[in-house]
Amino acid sequence: MTRVDWSPIWISLATSGTATLFTLVAGLAAAAWRARRSGPMMALVDGVFLLPLVLPPTVVGFFLLLLFGRNGPLGRLLLHFGATIVFSWPATVIAAAVVAFPLMYLTARAALEQVDPQFFQAARTLGASEWRIFREVALPLAWPGVIAGTILSFARALGEFGATLMLAGNIPGRTATIPIAIYFAVEADDLRTAIAWCSIDVVISLALLGGLYYWSNAQGPARARLARR
Amino acid sequence: MPLDVQLAKRLPEFTLDVSFSSGDGPLSVLGSSGAGKSMLLRCIAGLERPDRGRIALNGRVLLDTDRGIQLPARERRVGMLFQHYTLFPHRTLGENIAFGIRHLPQEEQARRVAALLQRTHIAGLEDRYPREVSGGEQQRAALARALAIEPEALLLDEPLSALDTHLRSQMEAQLQETFAAYPRPALLVTHNIEEAYRLGEQLLVVSHGRVAAFGAKDAIFRSPPTQEVARLTGCKNFSRVRLLSENKAEALDWNCTLDVSRVTQRPPAYVGIRAHHIEITNSPSLVAGGQENIFPCWLMRSSETPFRMTLYLSLQQPKGTTGEYCLQAEVSKEKWLLFRDKPFPWHVRLSPDSLFLMPE
Repeated sequence: MTRVDWSPIWISLATSGTATLFTLVAGLAAAAWRARRSGPMMALVDGVFLLPLVLPPTVVGFFLLLLFGRNGPLGRLLLHFGATIVFSWPATVIAAAVVAFPLMYLTARAALEQVDPQFFQAARTLGASEWRIFREVALPLAWPGVIAGTILSFARALGEFGATLMLAGNIPGRTATIPIAIYFAVEADDLRTAIAWCSIDVVISLALLGGLYYWSNAQGPARARLARR
Repeated sequence: MPLDVQLAKRLPEFTLDVSFSSGDGPLSVLGSSGAGKSMLLRCIAGLERPDRGRIALNGRVLLDTDRGIQLPARERRVGMLFQHYTLFPHRTLGENIAFGIRHLPQEEQARRVAALLQRTHIAGLEDRYPREVSGGEQQRAALARALAIEPEALLLDEPLSALDTHLRSQMEAQLQETFAAYPRPALLVTHNIEEAYRLGEQLLVVSHGRVAAFGAKDAIFRSPPTQEVARLTGCKNFSRVRLLSENKAEALDWNCTLDVSRVTQRPPAYVGIRAHHIEITNSPSLVAGGQENIFPCWLMRSSETPFRMTLYLSLQQPKGTTGEYCLQAEVSKEKWLLFRDKPFPWHVRLSPDSLFLMPE
């Protein structure tokens, strides 16, 4: 066996971290936009937003491939600027972000919808703009839910396999994340490497959960303060 | 007038359709729950959109559907107080009060907050969070927060109904103080008759989305224009009535003929009298004295409150005609002790000055 290649750890963490960042912004924006609307059209919107959650990741990956491929609308647009997405590191981020998006969207929406609208109305009569109300009233009051959504999204991004493989492939040192490294190790009958990667995944996941546990305990008093009345 | 309101909005149960003009000073908006009172305030504040209408405040047009004008809530400069305080729970009372004036320089903010804390009697609590203070203190802070933006009108949506009796009377005093120091339109929505009377100078009675009465409160309480307004202002006794002559009327449900002094132009359909205006006596001299509107009565049942007695009486005969009581009277405990043990029939006097006639 040659020297161990640790790159999947950094690729996985960098991919999940970046994807979570994008998901956080997009999910929050979508949730905030959706939380104040209703109507039959919204069912369709919800359907589109939640599709990546219910579709098999390979299907999501296939759609992304169609979209970002050489002949796909976005792929061709990017080619104009001399960029190809498929089989590059950004592809791992796109795949992970798309698959994690519904979790962020759902959790953030639930958290935002739980905030009593009278708080927003009071803020409005006090002259606050909608953006200021979102920043200073809605977001702080929905914060625990937003954090939960972020952690769920990160966990989902970390575990992403199918869509990533379709869109980003397995290029060691560039697109090979831990789940992909595990799959190809098993396929190559390299069980020792597979077990090693699995153990590392368990450690990362436990660390994540542990961190969440301590964080939520530390937040306890603050959250009690946030509780309504 | 400082505040001119005229608006219509379709609601699931009925259509809210009101117009009135309020001068400076407190105006009580009275009505049963679900009559559209809160919706009216929310439309003025800009939190709900009326189907059509026009609202002007000190000459500034807040809404004019004909001209397509609809100022958003944040530009209306209208302070609103909600039933459930709605202080931001993640902000201290001081930060809450400063929320609407953060565009001002720091010193100016601090100066205003300090002054408002004084005026609402919560100085020293500015660093507490809402959940750390009492409901009364929360409502005071919410009032201070609404006043901080120096609004041109105040809208109060049942501001006292979440408070217990003691805090309620304290907060009521606070509101009276505020209204006195703040000569601007202030609309106070309530379903509490006494609160409406004590706090408002003017009274707006809303029923099923419409203005049932509007004007000086004592005039409305003295002679309600309709049976509905009489009921909403707490009147308990009504009878169908038939006019016999200019000042004689037959009260069909009370089995008696009444001397009446205030006959309205329109033929009256009902006569009413408030429970505490009914005088009860067992003194035969009063009866013999030949004063008007004295009738024998029998007690059917009674109910006791700490300081007053509510008596359910039948008139003319022991059991009434239908076995139901005719009149509900309220007397003080002291009076009650005077005739409690006296033999029946007692006598009631329905003073012509206290009787009011109402059209359909």
